[in-house]
Amino acid sequence: MRKFLLFFIIIAVGVIFIFRLFYLQVYTSQTHDLYEDNAIRKVFDYPKRGFVFDRNGELLVSNQPSYDVMFIPRDVKPLDTLEFCELLKINKDQFIEIYNKAYRYSPWLPSVFIPHLSKEDYAALQEKMRKYEGFYIQKRSIRYYQTTIGANVLGDIGEVNNAIIEKQPYYKMGDLIGKQGIELSYEKTLRGVKGIKFIQKDRFNRDIGPYKNGIYDTLPQPGEDITITIDATLQAYGELLMQNKHGGIIAIEPSTGEILTMISTPTYNPNLLVGRQRSANFSKLYNDTINRPLYDRGLQAMYPPGSPFKILNALIGLQEGVVTTEDRFSCNHGYSYGGRKMGCHGHPSPLAMNGGIYNSCNAYFANVYRRIIDKYKDPAIGMDIWSNHVKSFGLGNYLNNDLSVGQPGKIPNSKTYDQLYGKNRWGSTYNLSNSIGQGEVLTTPIQLANMVATIGNRGYYFTPHIIKKIEGETIDPKYTTPNHTTIDKQYFEPIVQGMFDVYNFGTASTVQIPGIEICGKTGTAENFTKINGVKTQLTDHSIFVAFAPKDNPKIAIAVFVENGYWGSRFAGRIASLMIEKYIKGYITRTDMEDWILTHSLENEYTKPYSGEPFGINGASTSQVIPLDESLRSKKPEDSNIKQ
Amino acid sequence: MLRETHRHYKFDWITIFLFLLLVGFGWLNILSASHTTETIDYWNFSEPYGKQLMFIFLTLGLIVLVLSIDSKFYERFSSVIYIISMLSLVGLFLFGKNVNGATSWYAIGGMTLQPSEFAKTATALAVAKYVSDMNTDIHKFKDQIQSFLLFAIPAILVLLQNDAGSTIVYAAFIFVLYREGLPKIYLILGIAIVILSLFSLKFGALITSIVAAIVLFANHFFTRKKPSLIQPILILLACIVLSSSIKFFYQNVLQPHQKDRISLWLRLEKDPVKLEVMKKTFAYNLNESEKAISSGGVTGKGFLEGTRTTGKFVPEQHTDYIFSTVGEEWGFLGSSMVVIVFVLLLIRILHLAELQKSQFSRMYGYGVASIFFMHFMINVGMVMGLIPTIGIPLPLFSYGGSGLWGFTILLFIFIKLDSNRINEW
Repeated sequence: MRKFLLFFIIIAVGVIFIFRLFYLQVYTSQTHDLYEDNAIRKVFDYPKRGFVFDRNGELLVSNQPSYDVMFIPRDVKPLDTLEFCELLKINKDQFIEIYNKAYRYSPWLPSVFIPHLSKEDYAALQEKMRKYEGFYIQKRSIRYYQTTIGANVLGDIGEVNNAIIEKQPYYKMGDLIGKQGIELSYEKTLRGVKGIKFIQKDRFNRDIGPYKNGIYDTLPQPGEDITITIDATLQAYGELLMQNKHGGIIAIEPSTGEILTMISTPTYNPNLLVGRQRSANFSKLYNDTINRPLYDRGLQAMYPPGSPFKILNALIGLQEGVVTTEDRFSCNHGYSYGGRKMGCHGHPSPLAMNGGIYNSCNAYFANVYRRIIDKYKDPAIGMDIWSNHVKSFGLGNYLNNDLSVGQPGKIPNSKTYDQLYGKNRWGSTYNLSNSIGQGEVLTTPIQLANMVATIGNRGYYFTPHIIKKIEGETIDPKYTTPNHTTIDKQYFEPIVQGMFDVYNFGTASTVQIPGIEICGKTGTAENFTKINGVKTQLTDHSIFVAFAPKDNPKIAIAVFVENGYWGSRFAGRIASLMIEKYIKGYITRTDMEDWILTHSLENEYTKPYSGEPFGINGASTSQVIPLDESLRSKKPEDSNIKQ
Repeated sequence: MLRETHRHYKFDWITIFLFLLLVGFGWLNILSASHTTETIDYWNFSEPYGKQLMFIFLTLGLIVLVLSIDSKFYERFSSVIYIISMLSLVGLFLFGKNVNGATSWYAIGGMTLQPSEFAKTATALAVAKYVSDMNTDIHKFKDQIQSFLLFAIPAILVLLQNDAGSTIVYAAFIFVLYREGLPKIYLILGIAIVILSLFSLKFGALITSIVAAIVLFANHFFTRKKPSLIQPILILLACIVLSSSIKFFYQNVLQPHQKDRISLWLRLEKDPVKLEVMKKTFAYNLNESEKAISSGGVTGKGFLEGTRTTGKFVPEQHTDYIFSTVGEEWGFLGSSMVVIVFVLLLIRILHLAELQKSQFSRMYGYGVASIFFMHFMINVGMVMGLIPTIGIPLPLFSYGGSGLWGFTILLFIFIKLDSNRINEW
């Protein structure tokens, strides 16, 4: 027995050790993953973010260096904090706070002390940097907007948050990602792919060289430059015209679906969302609930379209064969039905289709609409046919394009009214407002622009999109395939003629542009707000849609001015000026331009919040502001405006 | 085959083979743990792997020297060797060099020598010599005390030099004496005290005393031949006294770092904040060592490919924590093999010891096996977190000239004694 004691103990210890090894190395061990191994530092090499050019090759967005003051808390030696704080424009308390926060995070890992120093601050600091041990400057690349326009188009980039990192593990803390606009919708194209270097660390977290001589390292792939469909000159001009007005302008090239301008006002300088002041500026913009500058009115605002919608009813009437261009309907200052009346303004009566369109007669379209809905015994059938025709113009649903935001709008069908009134318990008179673009119909300005582009094309449209060219890539075929409407081509000509006559004799005769055949349609939309819980009507929205020239149109446009009163007053003038600017390259109707530049609607917008009683529409006051001569378009002979 | 006129030497090649295997593999791991650049210069003496290679070559000379000395020399001069060795330990108090808080080194020129590594050999010789003497009877109390003294003296000397790890190794001689007839009670007493102490620290004196009482009385009532009740009551009293005083010993006698290590091992700390602090301070080595071993997985990351080894995440990795390199780079398969080779070596030595005809050789062989075993158990157990941190090297593996030479001399004296076995009758 005495012989074997040590022998047994040795065997037992050996067995215990092997069990322990099994537990450590097999049972609880994870497979070795370079990304998880904290003995390997992963250093990312950020590629250049792609530049953005406008359709004419003008550089809109590039990059600029930004200087972050970094520090390693443990390496910081006593320093002249007073001087240091002064250079960085902070006070001593902030210094201590930043230092302590970083120290708690890690005493030996680098932390950002002050992000995004301006070039001036950097220059001042750089000379003295060597005095501050433990601090160093890290160069990063941030966006530089070469322009002050198109904030809603271009968008911005910002640091990723935890939610993004969880969903997309490509991003790491501190990475930048597109937050709005094309920076968001073309994020992957613009950002490229970052490279990675694996670096062996020692236990003090110091780098001691590339891991395995760098065989796993990858090089960064630079982001692609993109060309967008926006015409920067036109965009800038539109933003100028929309100063002091809330609303949106969308202009589309009908033959391609390319978006020429995409304006939403009030807007802001995109450079506000760059650099050290980004978060402060962002919250300022975000919290401005009256002007809502981050809300893209051209894409997101759903309004009842008003009169422009009438032309769709005319087209559907022709397609369904319930009306001919010669059928006349009388109008007695409105359309009476079942003891109710839909009012209309004064104009000759009775009217055929052409006059109905250019006089924008409510009674005419009420008759047409009723014939469409009541074509079959069951109004539900007529309703659904009507709804499908309308939807074939890209209304009532998301456009499904490459813009970062959007709204579906709303086009009712039989189900809508079944839910409202019950099955078989409604008829065409229940929703007669649809005939004039009110009622249950909602559209966004971009949908209206697309609708009018479709009419300009006589029956088809290309999905409105903003990408024109990506280096080395072809554009998604969905932007080059036409979408055909359910209306036959021959029915468009009389409608186009009607819209042309809107300019000749109709509601837009005052905003004609010499030498350009414009087809348009005015619109006026009633709107309401809640003031202290009371539904209050405000001055009507001014709406205008147009395309030009009449044949082979180059531009289709929808203009929307909140509380601008009637269609041709603000929106019509702006649309005509935009068309002239785009087609001619210069402005001949400077009288119209002066009027727009000198008329502000700021009063209208502050009025509901003033607490004072106020009048609307006819009682509204148009606010005249002095003309800034420098803003006026120059004559072509004394300027070098691109033709 | 026996010829009386000529002495025949028959070296045990199995032991020598296992020895060379461990030394060679150990050096590969030292290389891995200590190389800092991509290009390895084997003869760079400023790097541990270069120095160790030189130590290994010098060891080969040492082996020849040990094997060429007549085997009777070791038995005859064991008391002289012992006295010289003890004097070298005492001399440390006067001329010793302090490294990492322990005054265990002589600085000679540019080199340092650790006499405690050789004292183990001397003690093994002395104990074997004393007990195998015709006049010594291990069953006598006086002789028991005298043989204890032989290894207690070096144990206390190294403890005074702040090298508590080496002190514990001397407990190995209990195994040697037990083999030769030391009464069982010493072993039982020793084990009981250790278990009782740990139990008291972990669960407190009260619970320990209650459990001890239950065990003792249950044992008493279930024994068929009933002795008087006085015996279990006395034992219980002793238990209570020990159990109550161990806390005092722990609080006042142990040094702070020793307390920390025991507290970590027994998981006495429950506060998660303090546990985090522990991981960054005294538990850092162990934590990193376990992580390195664990990251090796089944097959390991490969020779020179260990990321935690290359990053020097485990402090002291080429010395006391060398086994974590094996774990990371060679994985479960490689580290199990090392454990198995150690076990085979130990069993081989034990087996040879039992074959010895002289009591001196047998006892010395037992001493060699016990010392190797204590080092192996404590070091590997510590690196894997099974045993509280005790800083002693892994024999033949860890970096260090004194250690390597000490263990080589220890082992090869036995190989020499064993080779002479056939000449004794």
